[in-house]
Amino acid sequence: MSDIEIIQDKCVGCGACLSSCPYGAISIQDNLAVIDDDKCTLCGACVASCGFDAILIRKDKVDDKSDLSEYRGVWVFAEQKGGIVQSISYELLGEGRKLADALGVPLSAVILGKDVDEAIKELGCRGADKVYAVAHPELEQFHDEPYARILTDLIRQHKPEIVLCGASTIGRALIPRVAIQVHTGLTADCTGLAIDDERRILLQTRPAFGGNIMATIICPNHRPQMATVRHKVMKEPVRDTSKQAEVIRTTYDAKTLASRTSVEKVVEEATNLIKLTDADVIVSGGRGLKAPENFQLVEELARAVGGAVGASRAAVDAGWIPYSHQVGQTGKTVAPKLYIACGISGAIQHLVGMQSSDCIIAINKDPDAPIFKVANFGIVGDLFEVVPALTRKLAATCGKG
Amino acid sequence: MNIIVCIKQVPDTTDVRIDPATNTLVREGVPSIINPFDLYAIEEALRLREKLGGRVTILSMGPPQVEAALKEAISMGADEAVLLSDRAFAGADTWATSYTLSLGIRKLGGGGLVLCGKQAIDGDTAQVGPGVAEFLDVPQVTCVKRIEAIDEASATVWRMTEEGYEVVRTSLPAVLTVVKEINEPRLPSLKGKMRAKSYQPTVWKAADLGADEKSIGLNGSPTNVVRIFTPPVKCGGVVLTGDVGEAVEAVVNGLKERQLI
Repeated sequence: MSDIEIIQDKCVGCGACLSSCPYGAISIQDNLAVIDDDKCTLCGACVASCGFDAILIRKDKVDDKSDLSEYRGVWVFAEQKGGIVQSISYELLGEGRKLADALGVPLSAVILGKDVDEAIKELGCRGADKVYAVAHPELEQFHDEPYARILTDLIRQHKPEIVLCGASTIGRALIPRVAIQVHTGLTADCTGLAIDDERRILLQTRPAFGGNIMATIICPNHRPQMATVRHKVMKEPVRDTSKQAEVIRTTYDAKTLASRTSVEKVVEEATNLIKLTDADVIVSGGRGLKAPENFQLVEELARAVGGAVGASRAAVDAGWIPYSHQVGQTGKTVAPKLYIACGISGAIQHLVGMQSSDCIIAINKDPDAPIFKVANFGIVGDLFEVVPALTRKLAATCGKG
Repeated sequence: MNIIVCIKQVPDTTDVRIDPATNTLVREGVPSIINPFDLYAIEEALRLREKLGGRVTILSMGPPQVEAALKEAISMGADEAVLLSDRAFAGADTWATSYTLSLGIRKLGGGGLVLCGKQAIDGDTAQVGPGVAEFLDVPQVTCVKRIEAIDEASATVWRMTEEGYEVVRTSLPAVLTVVKEINEPRLPSLKGKMRAKSYQPTVWKAADLGADEKSIGLNGSPTNVVRIFTPPVKCGGVVLTGDVGEAVEAVVNGLKERQLI
């Protein structure tokens, strides 16, 4: 059985590992670290914290049945809605290109849908060398089961070494089922991908524990190596209309296309505002707005900078704005280029949902508000004065609103 | 209807502090809680039981200290709780966790409905719900914000999407993962607390589940963590006090410098 061990000759009892354990499973007894099996989950957080290489997690040798070298190529699952490829998929093609070039293998896109010809062309322009296309009226909308079955089958047939998928609602529902079926590892929500040249493996880096730590994860003995990637983390490739992809079309029988779920209705929530997860700029409001009608200030600022409207949990729980706008631990995780927090104190639950934004502006009357700790620019003042002033200034500068 | 709710005990990340001297995280003494999304799943199960009858069973995998989380679920009103606990389960990634939980669900008789929180706040993967559905070979609907109608054979639910929501009909049994908007979890009742005090969750080990030892815990996990590091702490920005006009001016100039506007 795999287990964790403190190497007694190396441990000096310094206690550095104590604070690294999220589960409080380590104590120091007689100058040595001791791990409590009743609490330890073998998460490995302590291993990195030890400056003396005294903590060892042993993983039993697993016999590799499959020949990993059979697997070649980088795949991107191209998500479409109404036949339109979603921008997250282009971002993945941009990143996939780098990985494919580093490995010296082709980059392919996989698309499932009703009419996919336009999408195929576009995927070629965005750098896909090959497009695996499955077109059928039943595939017009995303259905977990047939989509998972088909993607699994394509992977089994063509054996890519890497499969990337957007960490969208669809991607996060689909890809875990595929990873179980093909029996391989899947890393969620990666913010960094790279190739270890020596071992020819994918290094997948992602935040964990609410963004408090980063972990690099590998999938050494299974293929393909699968990862989902957050929206807006990778760069879209430049569109090149001279490029064309080789197209491989496949058809499937009714049994493969069958689904035990059906979409009865699609409701787009009435909002003329930009979607949070798509936005380059997000303006969020919190408890400091004091009343629902004051969200108008936030909306006006958002309009001036062409941004989306977000909210803290406090504002959502007060019923000032729908839950779909909530940023933070129990809402959405966002990482826009610019995040403007108006009247948000910055509870850690909010911070974990937005602290990876490129630039953060915080407006709050309390100079000790934690939001200022993560802000690039903080303005201490009354938001009812500051926000309209900022709106006017930015509207004049950006020429909008 | 028999409802099984899968929950996870997680460290309360909101209690994590940064040691100012070393700039490292202090996770020592951080309390463990029921994953917040799972509370919505428990609440929804209790509401469905009130409407349809049946039983609510809580299922979790983890070390013995997870008993505390299961007792809390009992105090909210769940009928039974089962802990899958074995040193051989430790170090499981989402593949091995999904496998192990699915064995527990099968041993419990399958359940008409399996509810999970959308994701756990420590790992944030959102992969175990769909993984369990795949191992059980049942349909799934993720990110459910409302159960509109439900009977023994099917359910009509609202799945939250980036654009709004979809009304999805699924046959049962199925796995649903729920988001915060679905309900407001109740607090434990006094009666529930009394029951939880003496309640002992059933504990199943790997052998009880007939688990394949190559598919559980660290051994059964295709992924390995090779490096853990603290992200660079954002160095302090500029905090402006005083005249609003000047402050706004300074910020806008800063944005221009960064070519953000």
